[in-house]
Amino acid sequence: MLQIKNLHASVENKSILKGINLEVKAGEVHAIMGPNGSGKSTLASVIAGKEEYEVEKGQILLNGEDLEDLAAEERAHKGIFLSFQYPVEIPGVSVTNFIKTAINETRKAKGLEDMPAKDMLKMIREKAEMLEIDRKFLSRSLNEGFSGGEKKRNEIFQMAMLEPKLAILDETDSGLDIDALRIVANGVNKLKSKDNAVVVITHYQRLLDYIVPDFVHVLYNGRIVKSGGKELAHELEEKGYDWVKEEVNA
Amino acid sequence: MELKEKLVSSFLAFEDTIDIHSPVHDIRSEAIKTFETNDFPSKKEEAWKYTPLNSILKHDYSVFPKQENALEYRDIKKYFIHDIDTYKIVFIDGKYSSHLSQTTHDGIDVCLMSSALNKPKYRLIIENYFNKVATKDSLASLNTAFSSEGAYIHIPKNKLVEKPIQIIHFSTGNEAALMLQPRNLIVVDENSHVQIIERHQSLTDNPVLTNSVTEIFANKRAIVDYYKVQNDNKNASLIDSTFVNQKDQSHCLVHTFSFGGKLTRNNLNFYQNGERLDSTMKGITIIGEKQHVDHNTLVHHIEPNCESHQDYKGIFADSSTGVFNGKVVVEKLAQKTNAFQSNNNILLSDKASINTKPQLEIFADDVKCSHGCTIGQLDESALFYMKQRGIPEKEAKALLMFAFSNNVLNSVKIPELKQRITKLIAMKLGVNIGFDL
Repeated sequence: MLQIKNLHASVENKSILKGINLEVKAGEVHAIMGPNGSGKSTLASVIAGKEEYEVEKGQILLNGEDLEDLAAEERAHKGIFLSFQYPVEIPGVSVTNFIKTAINETRKAKGLEDMPAKDMLKMIREKAEMLEIDRKFLSRSLNEGFSGGEKKRNEIFQMAMLEPKLAILDETDSGLDIDALRIVANGVNKLKSKDNAVVVITHYQRLLDYIVPDFVHVLYNGRIVKSGGKELAHELEEKGYDWVKEEVNA
Repeated sequence: MELKEKLVSSFLAFEDTIDIHSPVHDIRSEAIKTFETNDFPSKKEEAWKYTPLNSILKHDYSVFPKQENALEYRDIKKYFIHDIDTYKIVFIDGKYSSHLSQTTHDGIDVCLMSSALNKPKYRLIIENYFNKVATKDSLASLNTAFSSEGAYIHIPKNKLVEKPIQIIHFSTGNEAALMLQPRNLIVVDENSHVQIIERHQSLTDNPVLTNSVTEIFANKRAIVDYYKVQNDNKNASLIDSTFVNQKDQSHCLVHTFSFGGKLTRNNLNFYQNGERLDSTMKGITIIGEKQHVDHNTLVHHIEPNCESHQDYKGIFADSSTGVFNGKVVVEKLAQKTNAFQSNNNILLSDKASINTKPQLEIFADDVKCSHGCTIGQLDESALFYMKQRGIPEKEAKALLMFAFSNNVLNSVKIPELKQRITKLIAMKLGVNIGFDL
């Protein structure tokens, strides 16, 4: 599904990604871990098509198609979803209207008619229930005044509505208490299928108890320096990142 | 001939055509003298510093259109709020069109200024109200001098007027360049409630200059809900001076939607001659190209326990320019005044500009007054967030801009008008999305 080949990227002439190679197949869950400043969020933004990041070298392919010339919204239309570490507040636009617009613009890009209002409402109700989201919440301005947990839950709600092929969850666990974490993780697990893939970016092993990865990668200094199975996450949790750094620097 | 000379010399001819024994004859004669002395305002005057009139005064305007022009309803239907029943006072090139209008004398008077100025039964109202709140500055005086036609609305006490009233001025372009000076008088007596929509619409690209004056009197506990829809053609300019005199516990709201025209100046003046009353001014300005919109507001808090609310949003693209000058005066007697003012702007291009200036003169010591203005760009991180969810750049921007101006739209009380303004905004932003936020 996703192939990243020798990816180098920079922001404001500062080189951040220095040769990433990664392959994610349909049906898989990958975790990307690593210390602060290692480039995890940059990798997520570059895949999603944030313009401030300059791809200097390498390729990102989604189902064989090079994403280089595609704008962020075109990547979204092709099924890439990024759950933001810091979801942006948009005063004056309700959660419901935002998701309606997002779905219908995606359908428009695919040459489809708007989703009938009845179907939309039904879908909104189902997905909100799955994530234990209160109806009142849906008429509030997007992310405005939301708690950290509400923001993250709202991200997963949008993911559930948009049904992406590739979901990248950037630090979705930060700001969540244990109950919210369980709800969010359950939501992600329910959305998982053999046809889509999930990349979980996280500092801690905690979330990976709930969303169990097939592969764990350690990102350090702009490169994936170590890959393994889910046991690698436990090892990192126990020992921290210093031993990985030492191995790399040796 | 310069426009000023042309106007002054045509005044005598104009006075000949109307009844010089009318009670307003002296007022008109006085007014033309004021205009002759003061001339059109120049950039040197503080209040006109950012709104130079040279470019719109240079045309050879026809001051009295010669012929009567007709329009077919189907050709201009789109300029009306046509999906609900309304009273209509319609003018074509300054002349009343009975064919397009729907007036009434059934318990209320929704009719013409020309009738009110000439017929004895309106004499008392004219004597008590005409030119009583309009200021004597040169442009309002010019209008007063030539005042002969416009809307006359008198709502006696205890009337809830169920149908909104639309006042629409069309210019056909049959004159190469046309100057219009409509004069409206609106008197709403105790406990009455009225909704009014005003629009000036040019149908061609021929230059039009409208110097409009509206006087509104809201007596005790009256509610006046006034909407100005400004979306005119590119060579049409409007100088609108609206004066509102309020009595005890009245509520007066004026919404101004400025989406078009070449140059638009809105002078909006509220005088609070009563207690526990409320004056609200709201506006959305969305312009581009070389358009110019200037909001010049005044709230004069004269008596205690009153409120005023101002909320103006502006979005400026291309080389468009905006001005907001909001003056709030709180007299010594006007204790317990609550006066709020906010002006928020988004500049979409490096060449667009806005000059915003709050002016507070407070002589009372127990008041709450606040003002704030912001000038910014669209939030890039919000745009990326929206694009990531599949909303294309143009639609994402439009949604952000719509959300930015939404709280002004929320207070529009006529749903069909609100819908229309929403559509105009979508059109103005070049998108086809329903903003049912």
